[in-house]
Amino acid sequence: MSGVRLLVGTKKGAFVLTSDAKRKDWKVDGPHFAGWEIYHMKGSPVDPDRIYASQTSAWFGQIIQRSSDGGKTWETPGSSPEDLKGPDGMPKGKSNMFVYDGIPGTHMWYDGTQHPWEFKRVWHLEPALDNADHVYAGVEDAALFESKDGGKSWSELSGLRQHDTGPKWQPGAGGMCLHTILIDPKNPKRIFIAISAAGAFRTDDGGKTWKPINHGLHSQFMPDPNAEVGHCVHRIAMHPSKPNTLFMQKHWDVMRSDDGGDSWREVSGNLPSDFGFPIDVHAHEPETIYVVPIKSDSEHYPPDGKLRVFRSRKGGNEWEELTKGLPQKDCYVNVLRDSMSVDSLDPCGVYFGTTGGQVYGSNDAGDSWNAIVRDLPAVLSVEVQTLK
Amino acid sequence: MIRIVLPHHLRTLARVGDEVHLDLNGSATVKAIIDALENKYPMLRGTIRDHGTLKRRPLVRFFACGEDISHEPPDAPLPDAIAKGDEPFFIMGAIAGG
Repeated sequence: MSGVRLLVGTKKGAFVLTSDAKRKDWKVDGPHFAGWEIYHMKGSPVDPDRIYASQTSAWFGQIIQRSSDGGKTWETPGSSPEDLKGPDGMPKGKSNMFVYDGIPGTHMWYDGTQHPWEFKRVWHLEPALDNADHVYAGVEDAALFESKDGGKSWSELSGLRQHDTGPKWQPGAGGMCLHTILIDPKNPKRIFIAISAAGAFRTDDGGKTWKPINHGLHSQFMPDPNAEVGHCVHRIAMHPSKPNTLFMQKHWDVMRSDDGGDSWREVSGNLPSDFGFPIDVHAHEPETIYVVPIKSDSEHYPPDGKLRVFRSRKGGNEWEELTKGLPQKDCYVNVLRDSMSVDSLDPCGVYFGTTGGQVYGSNDAGDSWNAIVRDLPAVLSVEVQTLK
Repeated sequence: MIRIVLPHHLRTLARVGDEVHLDLNGSATVKAIIDALENKYPMLRGTIRDHGTLKRRPLVRFFACGEDISHEPPDAPLPDAIAKGDEPFFIMGAIAGG
């Protein structure tokens, strides 16, 4: 029987929400890893029961968790008895060991000085399209890592961080995070990533070399608003059938590219605010996209206290507000960049979580919404899995 | 036998109770305790001290017999009461951050 599974990361643990294909009645499991920040969870497209989770703490650092049964039970990869002993007789315990390749070097700090690269946490985990043991991790300070052994050990794809422009990258308000990883389903060696605040980059050779793809972005807060790097990209989305078309929610501006990121044009159109964090694409309509406008970068809540998703069926510029079932007064929550996801049932389901702890779902492509849960800790990420 | 009290978050990570009990081969030092702890519970590697430098994480503190010994050298001998198991060795998360 088909159904959906929502993987919800929060400030104080992970939750797994499940429903059948009607997506009306939900079962809530959790919290897993109670008290820890769960930045992101994502399942493998090869084996949906294989789920990776990024568990973090300012006190105790980074942990990687892995489930092989759809989120019922979890382990830190490499902690099983057969994995314990390394060549030196000590435990391997490397599943949370993210070490930059070579001498890390420096990037730009908030005050314009150079600052050493320092690993802080994993923001986003992206399982590969063809192997459940292969997974990418986007981290703060910005870099891309990969594991080919199910998360037991990690190595950096250092061509990105060592790009000539690296010393010009700088942290956004949330840190210098690599938060978006999109793999081209037609060519898995082609990967798009985004960093706040450096911009978007693309590799065409599996991560060896990278190209900034920020032409057309305009960021007024920068000394050179059209610079090659330094843009605060909040999120990029792609429909798998059209990997050359990318949609971007930037710090300000909603953008699109139809040439794999080589050039961008603004499609903010009639949005009440073009500031926001998430952006996503309808599972069956590559030109139908969703954003959640936020009033401004200093007021991280919806305009007029109304929580509205905006949908464009024309790939941008012309937007309709979706309000049915969403609070239309006194609502001052935020929706973070990794907190929106779509399922592939018909009609397409759309989901997003808020910093107020609500997870909203629509089983009719956004026409109407219901709160699946209302009182979770602040939601950091939402990923949905469509189960066959 | 050494008795170790972990902070709540690390207890849930290592799936242990109020105290962890370990036997050390050599003398009781902070380094020896954490080496043994990580050997038995590898998921704790990197959570108390940095993977590479082996330095204590900034918001982790060590207490022995009521004293904060976080800044003592990691090879310094611990009090007999810790070495004999009369008193537990405390690893704590700093009270910070709300």
